[in-house]
Amino acid sequence: MRLRSSVQIAVRALGANKLRAILTMLGVIIGVGAVVTMVSIGQGARASVSQQVQSLGSNLLTVLPGSAGQGGIRQGLGSLRTLTLDDAEAVTAEIQQVEAVAAEFSRNAQVVHGSENVNTNVSGVTLQFQEVRNTFVTDGTFFTDADLASRARVAVLGRTVVEDLFGDRAAVPIGSTIKIKRVAFTVIGVLEEKGATGFNDRDDVILIPLSTAQRRLFGVDHVRAIYVKVRTPEEMDSALEEVETLLRGRHRIEPGEDSDFTIRNQADIIATFQGVTQTMTLLLGGIAAVSLLVGGIGIMNIMLVSVTERTREIGIRKAVGATRGDILSQFLVEALVLSLTGGFIGLLLGVGGSELISRFAGWSTLVSPASLVLAVTFAAAVGIFFGIYPAQRAAALDPIVALRYE
Amino acid sequence: MALIELRGITKTYQMDSVEVQALRGIDLQVAAGEFVAIMGPSGSGKSTCMNILGLLDRPTSGSYLLDGQDVSALDDVALARIRNRRIGFVFQSFNLLPRVPAIENVELPLIYAGAPDRRSRARAVLEQLGLAARAYHLPTQLSGGEQQRVAIARALITAPAMILADEPTGNLDTATSEEILALLQALNDRGITIVMITHEADVAACARRYVRFRDGHIERQEPVERRRLLHRPEVVRP
Repeated sequence: MRLRSSVQIAVRALGANKLRAILTMLGVIIGVGAVVTMVSIGQGARASVSQQVQSLGSNLLTVLPGSAGQGGIRQGLGSLRTLTLDDAEAVTAEIQQVEAVAAEFSRNAQVVHGSENVNTNVSGVTLQFQEVRNTFVTDGTFFTDADLASRARVAVLGRTVVEDLFGDRAAVPIGSTIKIKRVAFTVIGVLEEKGATGFNDRDDVILIPLSTAQRRLFGVDHVRAIYVKVRTPEEMDSALEEVETLLRGRHRIEPGEDSDFTIRNQADIIATFQGVTQTMTLLLGGIAAVSLLVGGIGIMNIMLVSVTERTREIGIRKAVGATRGDILSQFLVEALVLSLTGGFIGLLLGVGGSELISRFAGWSTLVSPASLVLAVTFAAAVGIFFGIYPAQRAAALDPIVALRYE
Repeated sequence: MALIELRGITKTYQMDSVEVQALRGIDLQVAAGEFVAIMGPSGSGKSTCMNILGLLDRPTSGSYLLDGQDVSALDDVALARIRNRRIGFVFQSFNLLPRVPAIENVELPLIYAGAPDRRSRARAVLEQLGLAARAYHLPTQLSGGEQQRVAIARALITAPAMILADEPTGNLDTATSEEILALLQALNDRGITIVMITHEADVAACARRYVRFRDGHIERQEPVERRRLLHRPEVVRP
């Protein structure tokens, strides 16, 4: 018997009891819909975390003063004065996997404009900071080598600072004068908006030349971080090792001693976040899959009822020449039609549901083709798994008994 | 050569711990083109014999030659195929699928045969039996006689060698019974072998030969004297 006839027979049998078919399908619809929606939430979280970490700069190694090692009493990372601009320049000069290196010294300071004042993060950075940390100006300009050389009093503001000082987030205060720790600075640019990572508002920042920060504002000659941009993701590990060797040499650290600095690999951070979101996706998807399983049990239940109700029909079909295989495939196709139809409706609902969630709850969701294929495959598998037992019961019926069944 | 040849057929059922011997050695030959009525009281084994003839059941021992082929050794798929191609069933309770129209009931064997032109062939057979106007009625919308004629159309559609009729008039009134019997006689005239179970002597009298069962064996078999010949409709064998 051909597949088309099987499907026709199945659709007719289901159509004879529409309400029952729809209620049975509902289990699968809800199950598949839930799987698609939940997985889209998990994958959306994963994508948005990766994207946020990437926006801090790609292929990034961060060198911080102080050791993250175990044992003893240690000061917090960044509190030591061991890293200098010379370290950064040595990394640029001596390690070939490196594309660019930026150094930063930052501290919180009081900033005043007219009657407004705000306490914000003032970062002295080198020019490469733009490239290494993906930080660019949208209005005005960044400072130049000449500004660094002359310790110019120029500042580039983040959007939040613009809002705090000038009362309007969209203001373009190029040329205005602000005071940082009572030192007058000219605003020459406004940074591209980056948004917040958790509670950390990345637009609440003022960038000034590193030399200006070190000499004019804070009176220090060390840096708080060196950012190293590596050429390719594959070279991250070797670059990390070489930076470590270089800096240990420069800082005269004997083998076996702890380093007086710590290197963080951005790839590790991404991997950690992705691991977390992956687990979340599996958890959400797994919980949703339970409802699909319950839907499958519903199919089995109804198929068993259907086999009993149609015992006589099975007898008639066998008498006129249906084989066990014909009957088996008839009922299996019926279960499959139920689960696949439910699966497709559930898929549409799931896609719609994740759209609604991203629109109204503001969560980022991502419906990947793979998750759709997975959901429908899973629905079909549920149909076969829970349909096979009732179908076998039907196929095994003795035609003589079945024909006499009332 | 006989169309049907049963040799020493026995059938034993295991009912709980009791063995029931339904058939105790049946030897029966039916030639092609015969019309045989099987009679006997309830429990005489005639229904069991009919199930074995229809390949719905297997004998415990003995052999069954259908057209010279020993079918007692065949597997389920082969038996289903023979039921489909060579045997047409007519039941007392019609046994039509309740949810599909007459014409699709008639098509049913062709679906399992994988045959082409199912719809037009079914329509042709229904027309033959005067049911063209009823083709798209559900069984519940048909009278008993019409339902039985649809069942006969279903039995005929694969052009089988024989029709096995199990009390085909048992659920019908006298006039309708005569109609069905006349139809069976007409088909028999066209060369279709018919084996029919019945309780009633005047139904059996429509056959050419009758066989009487008692307690699991054949008590008597002889040609019907004074056969009742009914006014037979014009039919063409499909």
